Order: sequence, then structure tokens, then C-alpha cells
Amino acid sequence: MSTYLSNNWETILTALRQHIWLALVPVVIGFVVALPIGYLGVRFPWLYHPLVNTCGVLYSIPSLALFVFLPVVLGTKILSPLNIVVALTIYTVALLARTVADGLRSVDALVVQSATAMGYRRLRRLIDVELPVALPVILAGLRVATVSNISLVSVGALIGVGGLGQLFTRGFQLFYTQPIIVGIVLSVALAGICDLAIVGLQRLVTPWTRYQRGAA
Amino acid sequence: MITFDDVVKVYPGGSTAVDHLSLELPTGKTTVFVGPSGCGKTTSLRMINRMINPTSGRVLIDGKDVAGQDEALLRRKIGYVIQHAGLFPHRTVLDNVATVPMLLGKSRKQARTAALGLLERVGLSAEFASRYPAQLSGGQQQRVGVARALAADPPVMLMDEPFSAVDPVVREGLHREFLRLQKDLGKTIAMVTHDIDEAIKLGDVVVILRQGGKLAQIGTPQELLDHPADEFVAEFVGRDRGLRSLSFDTAAGLPVRPLTEDLVLDDAGRPIRWSSGEPTGGSFTVGDSLRLVTDLAITSPVGIAVRVDADGRADGLVPHHDLVDHLAERRAAK
Amino acid sequence: MNLSYLFDAAHWSLTDDGSIPQLILSHVWYVVLALIIGTIIALPVGLYIGHTGRGSFLAINAGNAGRSLPTLGLLMLMVTLLGLGLTPVLIALTVLVIPPILTSAYAGMRTLDHRVVDAARGMGMRPSQVLFKVELPMALPVMMSGFRSAALQVVATATVAAAVGLNGLGRLLIDGLAVNDYSRVLAGAIVVAVLAVVLDLILALAQRWIVSPGLR
Repeated sequence: MSTYLSNNWETILTALRQHIWLALVPVVIGFVVALPIGYLGVRFPWLYHPLVNTCGVLYSIPSLALFVFLPVVLGTKILSPLNIVVALTIYTVALLARTVADGLRSVDALVVQSATAMGYRRLRRLIDVELPVALPVILAGLRVATVSNISLVSVGALIGVGGLGQLFTRGFQLFYTQPIIVGIVLSVALAGICDLAIVGLQRLVTPWTRYQRGAA
Repeated sequence: MITFDDVVKVYPGGSTAVDHLSLELPTGKTTVFVGPSGCGKTTSLRMINRMINPTSGRVLIDGKDVAGQDEALLRRKIGYVIQHAGLFPHRTVLDNVATVPMLLGKSRKQARTAALGLLERVGLSAEFASRYPAQLSGGQQQRVGVARALAADPPVMLMDEPFSAVDPVVREGLHREFLRLQKDLGKTIAMVTHDIDEAIKLGDVVVILRQGGKLAQIGTPQELLDHPADEFVAEFVGRDRGLRSLSFDTAAGLPVRPLTEDLVLDDAGRPIRWSSGEPTGGSFTVGDSLRLVTDLAITSPVGIAVRVDADGRADGLVPHHDLVDHLAERRAAK
Repeated sequence: MNLSYLFDAAHWSLTDDGSIPQLILSHVWYVVLALIIGTIIALPVGLYIGHTGRGSFLAINAGNAGRSLPTLGLLMLMVTLLGLGLTPVLIALTVLVIPPILTSAYAGMRTLDHRVVDAARGMGMRPSQVLFKVELPMALPVMMSGFRSAALQVVATATVAAAVGLNGLGRLLIDGLAVNDYSRVLAGAIVVAVLAVVLDLILALAQRWIVSPGLR
């Protein structure tokens, strides 16, 4: 194992760097896009069910299908990393838009009413009251999106762009377990680190949840 | 009869929930356990159907120790009603009520027919039978809970805060129906509440427990109101216990004065108003409580309560100073 | 977009090897096998942990751990270790469906209204009656949602089986890519997405049928 690592560390690092980039850029874009969409699902209640259903359908499209389908739609080259980024962004939005809507809907109606009674306007109330209270739910969704993005990136290796997934295809072609094991370990570790980072962020920005019963 | 014989319950961790409790719950009567939170009232109740087993001591039903009996078979003979009713959300109202008879081996059809009758008994029409619990109001759910507990016609019923999850108006209605039902059925009932007013209203016997599961006093509601055993009980039954105690005495012994010209009657002899034009503000019969008479005398603009016979005809007057004298004598007699 | 492959009647023959119906059939076969084996393993464990509360840590983290495992890596590792064939693929797919089923069985049992369970015991139900007549029916909606997400995941991932030489709808994607036949790739992407949506619809209907209306 150590000879494999020392002989290939450059390839491994490049793959890891690409993996991080491919997985996390969609998380950031997806989060930014999902916030207003999720809010619309709450602001206009008739939109909620269509929104949830659309998200469900989008999320159920297999990643490999989406990876190979997007170049046809976007006109991108099949080897372009953009396909992976767009595909994972779609998944992130599908997951988070619903989570944002559910999070906002879970805010105690009495809290919203008392904020309104104190004279908050809609936008200010959203930013000052509803979003912070919904944050634990939203961040839980963000954890799921981040972790699944990280594991999905590798599937991209089947179309030639897949970060650590390239270690899998290489190992498979050579019938050689070491690169596959290294790839799995790095991918799981990356997911674990990102997950922990979001948990840490959550503790930092929602200190009140630590004192609530049953909070994570 | 349910007997607690030197019962102790110590929870793992060392807190004593029930401390050497010995008492008897009379057959066919309602016994209400009441006390502040942490007094072990629910623990005591749950030891009767072995939801909790005592650390030491015995609980007996009609002389038989519950400890020796099969838990499930024992519980099927004991009705169980809890706060929020605990209805099965996945079963219709009818099937909720039919649960215990079916556990006891009745056919589905038999159990459902009987359940339909019970729904009516607790004041729910047949249209509720096919609904699910989520489609009912809190008060309706609680009625179903009572019907479900009554379904196998158990001689003993346990009720843990059965009416505390509904609003006061609904609770009032449920209280009335509980008293009506219990008058018909005569079950041996053990009930838990944190509300002393409810205990006094519904209980034939009231058991007051204090923190740490110690018995503070057991007695009829009137005994507790008139002769609290100590400061704790006096405090717990409340400041206006003197007034509330009047609820348990009827106006039968109350002397009345003959009618005067001042009271205007209709042709049948029923009171209409005072000649000054003031309203009478209501009337009482011999069977009514002294509390009602007191209330009438206090609120009457002329300070006189009007007594009527069974047909509503006025037959006597009670001025408030006569009432005060009577209350003083009553007190001296106790 | 070129849909000629999808709409060519020759590709819809029921008997030809590699025809679309044949590939759907093999795809569904992998999915069903993995779901059955996964359920047999995960359901009792999840129910036990949820019922007793023992091992909660395992159940709570199984979901996240499962999501972070890169399935392509797992699949290729199994093939390199065990050789080509159905077994390594089934192992990888089963590992994938276990976490959501286990976690949702656990969550379903944990989030039960304890008052209802208390009432059931108090009415004289035996422990097995409490489990089968009260706890399981009440936990069913949550358990079904876990099963549905497991099913979606495995439909998506079964496409990857083609990368290690098996059949399934992944064949259209992988083979199409290999020979630059984008019409075939598109056909594969569409059919597998439709299959995912249809399967979810069937499961949603099944859920309506087996979950008591009182729990909706």
C-alpha cells in the first residue's frame, strides 16, 4: 500500500482536489438557488405540493443518466466537468428547496405571529426570525446534500470526469484493489470532514438549539 | 375493593415515588388520587394494573394480589383511560372501542356491535364510528377513550388525568356525563388528577398525596374540606374550602319564612319578581346545595333567596341573616 | 435531441438479448433482489433498535455513513475481490439499501406516540400484540418513506452494474458512450429515469394501500 501511495501521490492529490471542487461548488450554488425557491413554496402555499413533487422527480433521476444526458441538453462536451457540476447542482436544489420549505413551515406559527405583531415587515421577519429558527432543519438538509454529492462525484468517472472515482476505474481496469481502497477511504473521510464542519457551523450559528430537548 | 398494603415504589436511581402507602378503594365508588407533581399519584394508579410493579408491599383487587396474575389478562379486566386518550390513530373509532373485547376472543362482528352501543352511551352518534381519531376534537377523543375502556365491561376502571387535555367548557360537559355514567354503572374507579376541584367534584373518596409519595389524608370530599388533617391539606384544598364545603349540604335543614306580599307570583304561584320591580335572580329547591342558596342570597337585590317546590311554586323565603345563623349552627354541630 | 434509438421498434423486441425490455427486466431483477435481501437484513435490526433503544448510535449514523460510501468504488472493489458476476454487484447494492431501511425502521419506532403504546399495554395487549397491532402499523409511514428512498437509490445505482459487465439499463449508457451513440445514451437516460419515477409511483400507491387512512 505504501509503495502505491508514494508512487502515485500526485495523481491521488489531483483527483482529490478535483473531487472537492466538483462536489462542493454545486453545494454552494445549489444552496443559494434553493433558498428563494423554498421560500416561494411557503409564501404561496399552493406552490408547495408541486414543488415537493418536482423535487422528488428530479432527485429520482439516476446520476449516471443525468451525467450523460446533460451534454445533449447543454451542448457541452461529454468530458466537460460542467456536466457534473450542473447535475449535482440540480440534485442539491431538489433536496434543499424542499428542506428550506419544510424548515420554514416548521417555524411555530405563534412565533411568526408575535413577530408580525411587533411590527416586522415580511422580508425583515424572514431574515430576522423565520430563517434563523428554521436553520437547524435547513442545515440538516445541507449535510445530506453535501455528503451525497461527495459520494456521487465518483460516478462521473464512468464518463471520464470523476475526481477520486478515477481511482476506482483505474483499479477496476487493472484488477488492483489498492487505488479503489484509497479512493473509498479518501471519499468517506472527505464526506465525514465536511459533515462535521457543517455540524460545527450549526453549533456556532444556532447556539439556542443546544438547550432544547431532543436537538441534535 | 382495591387494597394498597404498605406499598413502596423506589425507582432505579433512588427516588421514592410511593412511600409505605396503605389504603382501600371501595367497590363501586370513585376514588380520586390528587396531589402536586411528584407525589406518586400516577405511579400508584399504574401499580393497580401492573404497568408498574411495587418495590415492596402488595396491591390487591378483591383480596387477590395482582402480582401473581398474568399481566395481559389482568389488564383486560381493568378499563384504562389516559390523558389525550391514547387512541390508536390507525384504527377507526369503532375498532378502537372494539379492541379489548377482541383481545378477549370476541368475534369482530360481536365486538363492533357492542362498540356501537357504547359510543351512544358516551354521547357519540353512530356517524363517528367510521372516523379516525385524527378527525375528532379533543373532547370527542376522550369520550372514545372512555368507551374503549368500558368495552369489555370491566368491574374496575383506571383513569389517569382523563379530562385534563380539554378546555374547561368541554371538561364541564365530560364531568357531567362521567357522573351520570358512573351512577348507572357503579364501577370501582381509581382516578388521578392534579386538580383538587375535579377531585372534589367527581370523587366519592379523595386521596391526597404529598411530595415523595406519602399519604396526606384520605376521606370524602366534605371531610377534607371541613377537617383538613394538616396545613398541607388545608392549603391544597384551597382558601375557599368553607364555601366549597357548602356544596355537599342540602337546603333540607334550612328554616324558611312564609311568603310576603313583596314577592309577585303568577297565576300558578311561580315567582316573577319583587314588588319593587327587582328580579328574583333564581330560586332553589330543598334538594339544592347550601352553596346555591348562599349564592342566591348574596346576589339577590333584596338579600332574600326564594325556595320553590318541585313544580316551581314559591313556598318559602330565606333572608341572608337567617342563612348566616344556620351556617353558624351547622359549624357548631360539626 | 435524437430519440431515434428509443423509438426504433427493433430495440423493443421482447426476445432479443440487449433489447430495451430485456434490459429493463434485468435492471428490475437486480433492484428487487437487493431490496429483498436488504430488507431481510435491515428491517429486523432497525425495528429491534427502535423498540429497545439499544444501539441507537448505530441506527442514527448508519444513514449518514451509507450515504458517504461511494457506490461505484464499493462495486468495483467487490468485483476486484470476488471476480465478475452477479454476487459482487448484489453485495454492493445491498450495502446501499441497508442504511435507509434500517434508519427509517428505527426512526419509525422511535417517533411513535408513547401514550398510544402505553394505552395498548394498559388494555392488556401482549408485547407481540403491541408490536404487530400498534407499533408496526403506526411506524409504517416513516418506514415506507425509507424504503422508497432505498428503492430510488438502488434503481439509480443499478445502472453502474453495466460498468462491471452486467446487464441492466446502464448498458445503454455505457455502450452508447463507448461507441459515441448519443441516441442510445439518451434512450438509456430516459428509460431509467422513467423507471425510477414509475417505481416510486407504484410504491406510493402501495403505501396508500397498506397505511391506515387514520395516519395520513
